[in-house]
Amino acid sequence: MSDHEQLARDLHEEIKAAGDEATLEAVRVSALGKKGRISQLMKSLGSMDPEQRKIMGPALNGLKNDIQAAISERQKALYAAALDARLQTEKLDVTLPLPPSAQQMGRIHPVSQVMDEIAAIFGDMGLSIAEGPDIEDDFHNFTALNIPAEHPARQMHDTFYFNEREDGSRLVLRTHTSPVQIRTMMSGPPPHRIVAPGRTYRCDSDQTHTPMFHQIEGLVIDKETHIGHLKWVLEEFCKAFFEVDSVKMRFRPSHFPFTEPSFEMDIGCARLGNEIRIGEGEDWLEILGCGMVHPSVLRNVDIDPDVYQGFAFGMGIDRLAMLKYGIPDLRAFFEADLRWLRHYGFVPLDIPTLHGGLSR
Amino acid sequence: MKFTLSWLKNHLETDANLDQIVDKLTMIGLEVEEVVDAAKKLSAFKVAHVVSAEQHPDADRLRVCIVDTGQEKIQVVCGAPNARTGMKGVFAPSGTVVPGTGLLLKPTKIRGVESNGMLVSEREMGMSDEHDGIIEVPQDAVIGTPFAQVVGLDDPMIEIAITPNRPDCLGVRGIARDLAAGGLGTLKSDTTATLDGKFDSPIGIDLKFDADKAEACSGFAGCYVRGVKNGPSPEWMQRQLKAIGLRPINALVDITNYVAYDRCRPLHVYDADKLSGNIHARMGKTGETLAALDGKEYKVDEEICVIADDAAVLGFGGIMGGEASGCTEDTVNVFIESAFFDPIRTAATGRRLGIESDARYRFERGIDPAYMEPGIDLAVDLVTRLCGGEPSKMALAGKAPLINTEISFKADEIKRLAGIDVSGEDINKILTDLGFDVVEDGSAFNVTAPTWRPDVNGRADLVEEIVRIVGVDNIPAVALPKHNGITQPMLTVGQKRVFSAKRSLAARGMVECVTWSFIPCEQAAMFGGGSDELELANPISTEMSSMRPSLLPGLISAAARNVDRGFSDLALFEVGQTYHGTQAHDQYMMASGIRVGTAKPGSQGRHWRYAATPVDTYDAKADALEALSAVGAPVANLQIFDGAADWYHPGRSGTLRLGPKTILAEFGELHPRLLDDMGLDRGAVAFEIYMDRLPGPKKRKSTSKPPLQASDLQPVRRDFAFVVASDVKAADIVRAAIGANKALVDTVSVFDVFEGSAIGEGRKSIAIEVTLQPRDKTLNDAEIEAVCSAVVDKVITATGGELRG
Repeated sequence: MSDHEQLARDLHEEIKAAGDEATLEAVRVSALGKKGRISQLMKSLGSMDPEQRKIMGPALNGLKNDIQAAISERQKALYAAALDARLQTEKLDVTLPLPPSAQQMGRIHPVSQVMDEIAAIFGDMGLSIAEGPDIEDDFHNFTALNIPAEHPARQMHDTFYFNEREDGSRLVLRTHTSPVQIRTMMSGPPPHRIVAPGRTYRCDSDQTHTPMFHQIEGLVIDKETHIGHLKWVLEEFCKAFFEVDSVKMRFRPSHFPFTEPSFEMDIGCARLGNEIRIGEGEDWLEILGCGMVHPSVLRNVDIDPDVYQGFAFGMGIDRLAMLKYGIPDLRAFFEADLRWLRHYGFVPLDIPTLHGGLSR
Repeated sequence: MKFTLSWLKNHLETDANLDQIVDKLTMIGLEVEEVVDAAKKLSAFKVAHVVSAEQHPDADRLRVCIVDTGQEKIQVVCGAPNARTGMKGVFAPSGTVVPGTGLLLKPTKIRGVESNGMLVSEREMGMSDEHDGIIEVPQDAVIGTPFAQVVGLDDPMIEIAITPNRPDCLGVRGIARDLAAGGLGTLKSDTTATLDGKFDSPIGIDLKFDADKAEACSGFAGCYVRGVKNGPSPEWMQRQLKAIGLRPINALVDITNYVAYDRCRPLHVYDADKLSGNIHARMGKTGETLAALDGKEYKVDEEICVIADDAAVLGFGGIMGGEASGCTEDTVNVFIESAFFDPIRTAATGRRLGIESDARYRFERGIDPAYMEPGIDLAVDLVTRLCGGEPSKMALAGKAPLINTEISFKADEIKRLAGIDVSGEDINKILTDLGFDVVEDGSAFNVTAPTWRPDVNGRADLVEEIVRIVGVDNIPAVALPKHNGITQPMLTVGQKRVFSAKRSLAARGMVECVTWSFIPCEQAAMFGGGSDELELANPISTEMSSMRPSLLPGLISAAARNVDRGFSDLALFEVGQTYHGTQAHDQYMMASGIRVGTAKPGSQGRHWRYAATPVDTYDAKADALEALSAVGAPVANLQIFDGAADWYHPGRSGTLRLGPKTILAEFGELHPRLLDDMGLDRGAVAFEIYMDRLPGPKKRKSTSKPPLQASDLQPVRRDFAFVVASDVKAADIVRAAIGANKALVDTVSVFDVFEGSAIGEGRKSIAIEVTLQPRDKTLNDAEIEAVCSAVVDKVITATGGELRG
């Protein structure tokens, strides 16, 4: 056996025997370092005769490459083994609980959520959102809406008044969102298609009434809108809002000073313990008042009732939220109890859309 | 308005059953609120025969009865002294709830003897307080007959809600007329005998009003009836009155109540022998008083329409009579009043005096002016039939104001407003059935509303009449035409901003509240409000009396309540209105929030991953900036000023401004004294954003974004630490560093702030990282060095500080 063959065998043994990277490095240096065994042999090439060099040159180069490859392979194996060994020692308790993210902690109030739902539905019908102030005058809240000073309906409203002003008039907190009808119709000529959600106030506080609550008003005025359209809009709204395929509903003739004819709308429901199921069952639930805008109201805002016509409706947003989401107590809406808000509120990314569905 | 089924049938010929009537009432606009069907409620209670009643072996006062219910014989232990063999009583089997006590009957053993069901007393039936013995029914009663039938309680009571426009339905006849028009039978004709008096009324009537007040009582009809015999009214009348919740008093009084409910015609009957001279309707005089029938003494004033005789005030017109002239069992001669009082004055007077009465309720809604005199006919008819006596001729003063509005009406109008075709024939029939006078005039109708319908003034009212009788259910729904194929955006900028503010704050872990618009006055004052003009005149309570000038008082109070409940780390926000004056533009839209305890975004309370750190001003600043950014405010261009409103900590608060003057937001630690005053005992930070002050969005020319400027050249980062005086603003250092070379300095961030003895009193160290972004070529060391020294120079010049060694 030639020297280099013996050397190759020795080195392979040593590489194989190297148990860690440091030992392997020592082998590498002893073989391939400046004074290494292979390096020494390489140096001896210069003193060989050409014939011998022709044989030994490639042989030694082959040995060098072979050993380099073996070292590199051994290096990888050692590294992998070392990593495996390290990983064996690295252990986390993945059951440790994490804090909820900000998005999980945040909540949107049911009133805001339902307002967003309502906006999505009526927006799709081409109604835009109008607004008006909470502090109103007599004209917008009553007179223009065909509610004269002595009308019994005005007593029914339980109005919050501000103190009398120098001219004897008193401002009020709007008792309904209907003044926005007046503001809309006075803002420009028909057609009008709006909904007006907002805060409303009545001097009333008991189990089912709070002195502040939310209403949404609807108004459509043009030259052809009639009761059939009103029925369609409200039926479609109820189906979309309650996310049911059909809703049993009925319109009962009623009376409001600002509409003629006037109706109240009931939807069918079934009461199962605490739950109210909408759209089915034998019970009726009154959810809104509506009608064709009274000719006197149109005249009060300089619209000719023989040319223009249309409907208006008003409903309680808090009540809609209670019905849809099974919220039992109106008063809790305004108490800001963290437990209630967390439970009945919505996470910020629950954004209601028609194409994606209003609720999850 | 309450009435019984049998009362209704006095006016309505119908085969319809109770359910059909109830449904129809609701569907023609007379909403049924309640139906009390005692027969149904008491159906378990039936006549039973006591076959035997023997002494209980083990109790002196108890008897063991065998009761025959017609179906079986049952053993009942009974304690009533009148329980005896052979009697007929009222038996309720086990499983029945006893109305008077609310107890459920169960099979039981009384002193060792089995007992099932109960023989009941009147008190147990909820009929009276009688409890000395069990009810005895006449021997001829058939065993098994429902008890309700035996005592005539099998007449259902119906209560309907009457809208203010339908005073005519405050009389049973009006309701019958509507039902007849609705196709549920025929209105019976009125069989009241016309008054045929043989002598003139010895008591005259005068209307004594100044011209400007004449409408207070525009008509007054009366009749003197002599020789009546007052006593209890007949059983049928008492039963009807009791069924609707009225207490029978005596025949004369009961007749007035009956007519009020039967015809919506309030009457008054005076004991004529207690009157002195004639009867006058006039305005009251200051100093006069009236002891009214409700037992209270009232002061009269000059705005009240009174009925008086020559000596005193007898009653408040249309509201309530006086005690002194009322009828008693001894009354012999009476004077009956049927007058017409002004609805508006009646309502105002009634409200002022605080008197609720059936008469006021009817007059203020408007009664039929044409029925003033027929009302006397009916009253006299009833008085003479029930109490005998001889009537005078009718005494009459003035005239009730008849309004005969003639409305020209075409069938087209129904198509126009209701979207349905109704034939001329149907229109004519419906309106005629409702009492309208209809004259066809070619294709049009000339319609005159009946005198009992003050609510009908125009064509829309006629459409309502026809629609409610035809049935709203028969109007098909028609899709509202859509103006655009695809839904157009319809939210205003302000509305979108409210939406975005809410969602972005919730995404920072804050919980949205809706708090009251009105708050205690002293809290409003603490936040710069509480002015008289924003104070409610009639608040629910002093806690809810002042329109809020800020959302913070509501949020702080809410936080305090939650902390008291044990939730001491919380982040709340509200987006809503605040009020700074009474004009529409004085109402601001605000987005405000509060963080309490350790409620930072994504971390609160103790946790293994982080230390529980108290919230600080920078959390509130971050909230404000986040919300501002979400609503599209130019956050990068905002200026930040020291200090905020009085309710913030003076040294730990700031404002975010657009330009030097427009404050978009305030933020900071809440003032500790304010938190003390408001009962919040945890540290709290807050922010307030003035949503209306945000600039409008920039008009976009196109939806495309500018091209991306991403350099392939490596950015270069260098750190600097400056020691500056404590009051130097970090923002000044950052601005100076950016200003050193605007072309190359890409970003400057503050990565360390240090204050301590190592640096010296009144000084602090601020460390910044400056990122240079080469644009066209890699920077060489000299170029980098030049920028760095420019940064140092600029910062030192701007702040008077020095580079930290």
